[in-house]
Amino acid sequence: MPKSAVPTWGERPMPDPVLSVTDLHAWYGESHVLHGVTLDLKEGETLAILGRNGAGKTSTLRAIMGVIPRRSGSVKIHGRETIRQKSHAIARLGLAYVPEERGIFASLTAQENLLLPPVISPGGLAIEEIYELFPNLAERRNSPGTRLSGGEQQMLAIARVLRAGGRTIFLDEPTEGLAPVIVERIAEVVAMLKTRGYSMLLVEQNLAFAQAVADRTCVMEHGHIIETFTAADADSHAASLQNHLGV
Amino acid sequence: MEIFGFPPQLILGQVLIGLINGSFYALLSLGLAIIFGLLRVINFAHGALYMMGAFAAWMTQAWLGLNFWAALVIAPLAVGLFGLVVERAFLRSIYHLDHLYGLLLTFGIALLIEGMYRYWFGAAGKPFTTPDVFRGIWDLGFVIVPKYRGFVVLASLVTCLAVWLLIERTRLGSYLRAATENPDLVSCFGINVSLLTASAYVLGAALAGLSGVLAAPIYQVTPLMGTNLIIVVFAVVVTGGMGSLSGAIITGYGMGVIEGLTKVFYPAASSVVIFVVMALMLLLRPAGLFGKEA
Repeated sequence: MPKSAVPTWGERPMPDPVLSVTDLHAWYGESHVLHGVTLDLKEGETLAILGRNGAGKTSTLRAIMGVIPRRSGSVKIHGRETIRQKSHAIARLGLAYVPEERGIFASLTAQENLLLPPVISPGGLAIEEIYELFPNLAERRNSPGTRLSGGEQQMLAIARVLRAGGRTIFLDEPTEGLAPVIVERIAEVVAMLKTRGYSMLLVEQNLAFAQAVADRTCVMEHGHIIETFTAADADSHAASLQNHLGV
Repeated sequence: MEIFGFPPQLILGQVLIGLINGSFYALLSLGLAIIFGLLRVINFAHGALYMMGAFAAWMTQAWLGLNFWAALVIAPLAVGLFGLVVERAFLRSIYHLDHLYGLLLTFGIALLIEGMYRYWFGAAGKPFTTPDVFRGIWDLGFVIVPKYRGFVVLASLVTCLAVWLLIERTRLGSYLRAATENPDLVSCFGINVSLLTASAYVLGAALAGLSGVLAAPIYQVTPLMGTNLIIVVFAVVVTGGMGSLSGAIITGYGMGVIEGLTKVFYPAASSVVIFVVMALMLLLRPAGLFGKEA
């Protein structure tokens, strides 16, 4: 066998994407909300999904997570087909979900919220590490989760999935309703997660925030993706973006 | 000495009877609150499950010749197992529908169970003897307590406290509380919510079964023993606030005592006082005593 046929790290073909979605359809009751979404997320990449309210951004995340009961198409996580799997089994493949409006549980304290997600894979952050990264959470650990400020709740929502060890993070509008100074802080956290090698799928309406952190951007409208471009090409897409996102 | 013209022994005696009734209200409404919290089903079959617990106790005694302690373990397990079958076979297919469907379905299940028990065992009561260790009385000085009734109050208090600790202080409990608020999100963290939901129904059913065993030596074991009780227990749950566990427990005992005191001061009202309190609560604080305002 010629030596060159033995693959080395450098020559190996691209590994399977972390997430590969093909022709994903989803329904809430009779209402058809996703009309064939196709996207993929590479290891260590941050992909932003932009679009107006109701374009299907959150539904895309929920459909991938399997919490929309009726869906069709293909969703592969690390090459494994999950379209027929239940959401708790899908999550255990390494997904870390930070939902819209943060999803902090009112009947649990901040610390109970933090400890709630079971560890799904090794390598998650230890609780001491989390409190070092987010000192506010340490101070407020015994407060009911929803008594925390909006920014603290967002940090808590991110921190709790970091503890569970999932390496693919879904962030649904992490900047929604937060003051600009807090948005900056969230951007720092996302940048820190990038340097730590997490793959991220970010749903946003805040164009500036998305542009600052994303490697690639998809634009959604009426339940499908109408264009995708890399950060390098973002400027040439500025006009069409304004058109699709403008009110 | 008299209090408002009544001898204190009479009042204390009624408070004690109230606490005994309250023990059943608390155990049953706690189970209902757990089930409603997770399944969003108003479990009308709860009275039938309670009755099944009492019959299971009678069966372990009459058919298997086992003692009371065996019944205290076997009956809740058997009723819990039956609850598991009901949840897997029927309830899980209606979670996505309106609350009303759960109410109708469990109401139908209750009628079915009670009908079958009436067919098998007849409408007359079955005797269940008080365990020997609990024959006789404890004289506490200010009031005389039949031993078995004292045991019922203690057993109910210990069980309620244990269940409360399980839900408020353990990891499994935090899953249950979180799933009560937002089941989809909990499943996105890799927790099997369907299993949690089934466990909640089994736990609620087992509590009803336990109440049935405790009731067997006090009340007649009859197929319809749950029917009358369950209406009162629903009034307790509504007063305490749907879905609040501590609310269900405290209101359960509280309503028992209020009922007992009414028997002293105005006996004619004693059978309706719980419903009057419920009506007032709905007018003044519709979310219930411990419920969160919507």
